[in-house]
Amino acid sequence: MSTAIQMKGITKTFPGVLANDKIDFVVEKGEVHGLLGENGAGKTVLMSILYGLFQPDDGEIYVNGKEVSMDSPATAIRLGIGMVHQRFMLVPSLTVAENVILGREPVKDKVLLDMDKALKDVEASCERYNLAADLKAPIYALPVGIQQRVEILKALYRGADILVLDEPTSVLTPQEVTELFRAIRALKEQGKTVIFISHKLREVLSICDRITVLKKGKVVGTVRVEDTNLGELAKMMVGREVVYRFDKRPMNGREVVLKVESLKALDDRGLPALKGIDFEVHASEILGVAGVEGNGQTELVETLTGLRKTTEGRILLNNVEITAASPEERIRLGISHIPEDRYKRGLISDFSVKENLILGSHNKPPFAKKRVRLDFGQISRYARKLIDEFSIRTRSEDTPVRHLSGGTQQRVVLARELSREPKLVIASQPTRGLDVGATEFVRSKIVEMRDHGCAVLLISADLDEIWALSDKIAVIYEGKIVAIRDPQNTNEEELGLLMAGGKDG
Amino acid sequence: MEAQGTSKIRSWIKLGLQRTLPQIIAILLAFVAGAAVLLATGHSPIDAYGEMLRGAFGDMFGIGQTFTQATPIIFTALAFLFASKCGLFNIGAEGQLIVGAFAAALVGISFSGLPALVHIPIALLAGALAGGLWGLIPAILKTKLGAHEVITTMMLSYVATYLTSYMVNYPFKAPGWVAQTVPIAISAQLPRILEPTQVSASIFLAVALAGLTHYALQRTTFGYEVRATGLNLTAAENAGIDVKREMILALGISGAVAGLGGAGEVLGVHRRFIDGFSPGYGWDGLAVALVGGLHPVGVLLAAVLFGALRSGGMTMTRVTGVPLDIVIILQALVVLFVTAPMLIRYLLRRGGHKD
Repeated sequence: MSTAIQMKGITKTFPGVLANDKIDFVVEKGEVHGLLGENGAGKTVLMSILYGLFQPDDGEIYVNGKEVSMDSPATAIRLGIGMVHQRFMLVPSLTVAENVILGREPVKDKVLLDMDKALKDVEASCERYNLAADLKAPIYALPVGIQQRVEILKALYRGADILVLDEPTSVLTPQEVTELFRAIRALKEQGKTVIFISHKLREVLSICDRITVLKKGKVVGTVRVEDTNLGELAKMMVGREVVYRFDKRPMNGREVVLKVESLKALDDRGLPALKGIDFEVHASEILGVAGVEGNGQTELVETLTGLRKTTEGRILLNNVEITAASPEERIRLGISHIPEDRYKRGLISDFSVKENLILGSHNKPPFAKKRVRLDFGQISRYARKLIDEFSIRTRSEDTPVRHLSGGTQQRVVLARELSREPKLVIASQPTRGLDVGATEFVRSKIVEMRDHGCAVLLISADLDEIWALSDKIAVIYEGKIVAIRDPQNTNEEELGLLMAGGKDG
Repeated sequence: MEAQGTSKIRSWIKLGLQRTLPQIIAILLAFVAGAAVLLATGHSPIDAYGEMLRGAFGDMFGIGQTFTQATPIIFTALAFLFASKCGLFNIGAEGQLIVGAFAAALVGISFSGLPALVHIPIALLAGALAGGLWGLIPAILKTKLGAHEVITTMMLSYVATYLTSYMVNYPFKAPGWVAQTVPIAISAQLPRILEPTQVSASIFLAVALAGLTHYALQRTTFGYEVRATGLNLTAAENAGIDVKREMILALGISGAVAGLGGAGEVLGVHRRFIDGFSPGYGWDGLAVALVGGLHPVGVLLAAVLFGALRSGGMTMTRVTGVPLDIVIILQALVVLFVTAPMLIRYLLRRGGHKD
């Protein structure tokens, strides 16, 4: 078997982020190769480099054994690489056939669009790859699964021999996933090579021949499917290098700060995401929620912060029910939130550092006089104090946060959320994408809050992080807490198994 | 203390120049391009621009005309600006201006014997309320049903135009051939400040409103929340800000500002509601807000420029025979060059400046 793709020593940095670190990646001809890793592990960056969207800082790419310079997607397409993005690039008002031929329309008499030939060509590839679709239907009228099929047809029509599918199942229903897998198998029979990007363990195990696992921009390893299992993959994905454990003062608080009772909520598509969650977090306690991403963590955080509606169950903060409270009330009652996506939820990048530091407390004294007028004297003084305390590297408090590096931006979020004297801190993936120094700083601040009597709910896909910080570990799987463990009485094998949906041992 | 004061002023001027320099260059470029159009159509740009300048600023009458034209545009530009800070694209200032004008006219003609100090504020308030209502409808349609405000505000503009047109052609038509209401009571008239031109006290209101807009956006918690919502909806939501409420308020206020401008036209300039009194002040407002860099001070300056184009253009046509259409071409060129900042920055860099 010869190699379809070989990537050697690929390195790519973005300001403050090492996205790909000397990655070696080999795909054999005719195989389905899984690229597995958490969000932010560097999968999409690697594939964008392969497709010519990004230029690597270092490294070589070989296609069918020949070294190539992948300077644009046009080059990638010419070399037979096709990519199906997570977000489809289709024209909604055009038909399936029109979308497939777009940019490569067959022509008759030099100028006229030869629609008959187009239909025939597209129909032929539909049959050949077992990808049925109504060619004359407009895209907007079709379900997502079919739209994805059109994207695949499009890539094949452009002569793709190597197909890159970026998280193809994230938008699909289970039935559509089954059909996609059938199509992938048909493609493989026809001799096509498929790279399947995912963070879902079961899926890669059921469809791939080999799997390469990425973590924090590095290759953890490449394994054959028959030589591995769920637990091992989970362990590879979340890592297991020993990190230094924090010296934590023993817990002194005992009272329950957060109590969650049979909590249920729906995801954005209206499907159940939380299926009855129960847990408690005490004062001076860090409860770590471990789990593979997409098992309800995002929905849990949004439900607790009031951004998502609770469909059933209760949330109590210091014995006061807050199930129906607005986000603003919850902030006032002492919930601080370090969001998983700081660009989307945590910061307003065009606001200055000082404006970001008061976000959420902007309508309270001392920042607002009579809740109406902003007192910029006070705000600047407060901002300078926090810049100092949290070592925020910025020229001044008036600098827009978009000019700061990723780690510094997270310090802004941290400074804001931890300085309003919270009773409960919800930290969601707090060190994602940060370098070692910033990671260490964030973790030490979280422990500091705990030592001061704060209850902390830590949600992280990084098992090392959970391990290093938690006083108790809860495992979330498919919208349920499947186990709560004392870190002393468990081990990585057990947690890995629980996270992968294995039975509670 | 004094030295500190002057250095502060100096740094303000520096900042102001930095901010406005690309705009000023863009405007100059637009006039250069306009000169090419004039030359190509067989007119002398020097004569045309000279007459335009003389007409707009050459004497008291010209200046009065310029400010008369600029006044309603300041209101509609501020209206667009306020909504845009909340991330909303209110392109319906034209309709909000018209309903505000009509409501003010109704109050102006319905009462008599009120003291001016009562009558004028009530009429202005009516204008603001009507315009505000015209802004609230799209706001509610957006937050409850997800209808895009670009479509709804624009369509409501046509509703406003034709509804008021019907009103002054039938139920409220004054005797005579013209589609207009009877004159408002004298007690509702805003004083004119530069007779014989029509520039009225409404311009003070406009300038005050520009200052108020700046203050509200930059110095109040409400303005902070509006800007947060406009810049990053999800982060604002996360910070406990009720983003739907902000949007409703922002569009309502935006409409009220435009409505106030319409009231000013009726009470200060026309002294009655005349069908089709607005030559597109709402649309000019959008252009002026963009040319003014979405900053209240920039809006004031850009509105004067547009007012000058309108008033100077008339003199230019009268004296040189250049068609008035050149004014529209110039306006379009100004917008085109100003909203192409990439081009200007590129030219600045070529010229050796660094930013």
